[in-house]
Amino acid sequence: MNQDAFDVAVVGAGPAGLAAALAAAESGVTVALIDAGVGPGGQYWRSPAPGAGTFKPNTLHHSWRRFTDTTTRLSALASAGRAVRFAGHHVWSIAQADDRWSLHCNVGAEPRQRDAQPPVTIHARRLVLATGAYDRQLPFPGWDLPGVMTAGGVQSLLKGHLVVAGETVVVAGTGPFLLPVAVGLARYGARVAAVIEANTPLAFTRSPRAVFGAINKLGEAATYGVALLRHRVAVRHRHAVIRAFGNDRLEGVVVARLDRDGRPLADTERSVACDLLAVGWGFTPQLELHLQLGCATRMDVDSSLIVDVDDNQQTTVEGVWAAGESTGVGGADLASVEGMIAGYAVARSLDATPVRNDVPLRRRRGALREFATVMHRVYSIPDALLDDVDDETLVCRCEEVTAGSLRRAVDELGATDPRTVKLLVRPGMGWCQGRVCGFATVCLTARHTGRAAVDSDMRAFADRPIATPTPLGSLARLADD
Amino acid sequence: MTTTASADLVVIGAGIVGAACAYYAAREGLSVTVIERGPIVSGTTGAGEGNILVSDKEPGPELDLALLSNRQWRELSDLPLDGRTFGSAVELEFKGGLVVASSDTILNSLERLAREQRAFGIEAVAVPRHELREHEPHLADDLAGGCLYPQDLQVQPMLAAAHLLRLARLSGTSVLPHEPVTGYLRRGDRVTGVRTPRREISAGAVLNATGTWAGELAGLAGVRVPVAPRRGFILVTEPLPPLIRRKVYFADYVADVASDSAALQTSTVVEGTRAGTVLIGASRERVGFDRTISLPALRQLAAGAVGLFPMLGDVAVMRAYRGFRPYCPDHLPVIGPDPRAPGLYHACGHEGAGIGLSLGTGRLIAQTLIGAPPDIDLHPFRPDRFGTEVAA
Repeated sequence: MNQDAFDVAVVGAGPAGLAAALAAAESGVTVALIDAGVGPGGQYWRSPAPGAGTFKPNTLHHSWRRFTDTTTRLSALASAGRAVRFAGHHVWSIAQADDRWSLHCNVGAEPRQRDAQPPVTIHARRLVLATGAYDRQLPFPGWDLPGVMTAGGVQSLLKGHLVVAGETVVVAGTGPFLLPVAVGLARYGARVAAVIEANTPLAFTRSPRAVFGAINKLGEAATYGVALLRHRVAVRHRHAVIRAFGNDRLEGVVVARLDRDGRPLADTERSVACDLLAVGWGFTPQLELHLQLGCATRMDVDSSLIVDVDDNQQTTVEGVWAAGESTGVGGADLASVEGMIAGYAVARSLDATPVRNDVPLRRRRGALREFATVMHRVYSIPDALLDDVDDETLVCRCEEVTAGSLRRAVDELGATDPRTVKLLVRPGMGWCQGRVCGFATVCLTARHTGRAAVDSDMRAFADRPIATPTPLGSLARLADD
Repeated sequence: MTTTASADLVVIGAGIVGAACAYYAAREGLSVTVIERGPIVSGTTGAGEGNILVSDKEPGPELDLALLSNRQWRELSDLPLDGRTFGSAVELEFKGGLVVASSDTILNSLERLAREQRAFGIEAVAVPRHELREHEPHLADDLAGGCLYPQDLQVQPMLAAAHLLRLARLSGTSVLPHEPVTGYLRRGDRVTGVRTPRREISAGAVLNATGTWAGELAGLAGVRVPVAPRRGFILVTEPLPPLIRRKVYFADYVADVASDSAALQTSTVVEGTRAGTVLIGASRERVGFDRTISLPALRQLAAGAVGLFPMLGDVAVMRAYRGFRPYCPDHLPVIGPDPRAPGLYHACGHEGAGIGLSLGTGRLIAQTLIGAPPDIDLHPFRPDRFGTEVAA
């Protein structure tokens, strides 16, 4: 199935993609909104699958009205033939020919259903990539036990299926995202034993100006704080889960206080019983498509690889814009603002007139970005947690590569960078293609060779010429264009 | 500030060929320094399938080199290493190749080639069409027949190169990654060492083992070695239980390797790996060092693989990668001393066969350096066979 070319293809229907699609479509250009999910909203506004149960959006979602307002207006534009939403479409490759982009998609909500439907190619003159981010993980003993999940995974089970993945939960890692996860779990009946945060928000006092510029963020945090108090959930700052234990599945975690350098203090270790650990260390932007197209990248303050964009959210590749987490992790508000700026800029590039003056948006973007930078500094990953990973600890779970094996690839086999380690001992070569272990492999290897990780190290683990697993049969049937 | 050092041999390039040359030279007692502009195995070696084939070679100098190399791989396989063997450390598998023909015409040419190869010591067992599935149960049922080559091997090329370098280091070789050679030390025509941003190393011999980039390093010495890139893609599937036992390929591969066409050609090569993934090659096109993924190439590879093994149609591709084969106009590698620049040696231009041919190449280079008679005649591989003009 092939369509005539749209003016704009927006990849991703989270806060950034929805905003970009709406801004572009309202400015008079035709938009294809392509998303892997069944319903719009991305991870942030993920709503329950039909039949999952009664759902009160306000209990799980911030700015739900913005979401419903956006989708209502987009639906109206869709009825008018100006926007088409492609749900359950996984873009695995984008190619350029004759001034237009061809987006090759696998179709189906679940990976296993993909071969049931023929692949689809969507054509467009401009691209907006709003592909979001996924949880960033660090390896620690026991992290492969059933019952240890990513904070984002726990959150999406809750939002998407109203499933509380455990009875007694520890939420751990770093970053403001841990708070809504803990609050959501508590509201839906879990006992949250503790929130274990490696950093302390007191560090925000060092950057009062940035915090003032995004004062609503402070309000958000306060709301979660109050909710946690109400559920009697203790937040332990400067603590980390250093080990998870259990026979066949998680039975508890060992928590320790961190010293000034982020090193666990042995005499502060204590066990906390739990059957679910939700852990997250920030987010990794999803850059497969950006890298396929050759967009320039750089490393952000949180050590994430991000795409370079100009004031209009345009990447270094002509005709390609990016918005949201792929340009720097900053949360849903920033993503929405960037999406709008990108949508209007794309419309202008097609000689349409944006329906709105975007100067205030640009100001807002500046303030939110400044806040995000401070947030990354406050919630950074302590180096010691990377340096002290035991040799026996699994880093790559798909290929069962331990930290010791990474280090031996350096010490004995002569690897001097993460890419060579990958070629020699296979971290990141398995099912997840490095999505889970990429960040840790890069940081562990680079630090073991006595240097900090750099942009090219991260690229070696982010470059996936086939963005999502694709059946050979679909690839073989691909049309010429 | 630069330092000075000296060695009997400076090897430029830490891919499989440089590694093999360093290993054999060090084994002969030479002091060796390997210099690499990037990380080790970062060029074509890091993008290879690990073919060690005799089946795809017509009688001639390349087959002689392939047979020599094949013996070396088998010999090295049993070398004790860290409580196991070299062979197991580098995932060397004695899996054999199964070449299949899609039509009776192609089968006839395949059988003719096999007859010629047998005369040179290659084992080639004809497999009639009804017996194909005894060797590979999942093969398509519309094939005309095939030929089994038990001597074909497979290796994990990056591990092989890294372990060869490690063995060389244990014999005193130093390996200097992330250090580009920026010039040669000269005395008249003679090459007497190399210069890098960090040091000067004087050497009795300097070996250009820079694969696809060998033309540049030759040019730096004022001589021409016409190695050019020939791009290839490989598809990697999700991990599967062992379903494909041997290296399986269509007989038209033989014709494509020897082709001079610049246009995209694919010939299907399918094989399982120890990690469970299935590797699908091989495309070839001459497009310079363009790293862009080519969907037509990927599509042809996928179509070929599904044609050979229909059950692969439902299997997911997880990854694709590309590499640049070092290709010479006459499809033969360049091996031996360069009479135009005494002191400079070359071991490059092995096209898509460098992994397999590396050990024979290393042995020949070591023999030449110590003045021993080489196992096979080096004349067909001589560096000045392309003409004597000096590179600009």
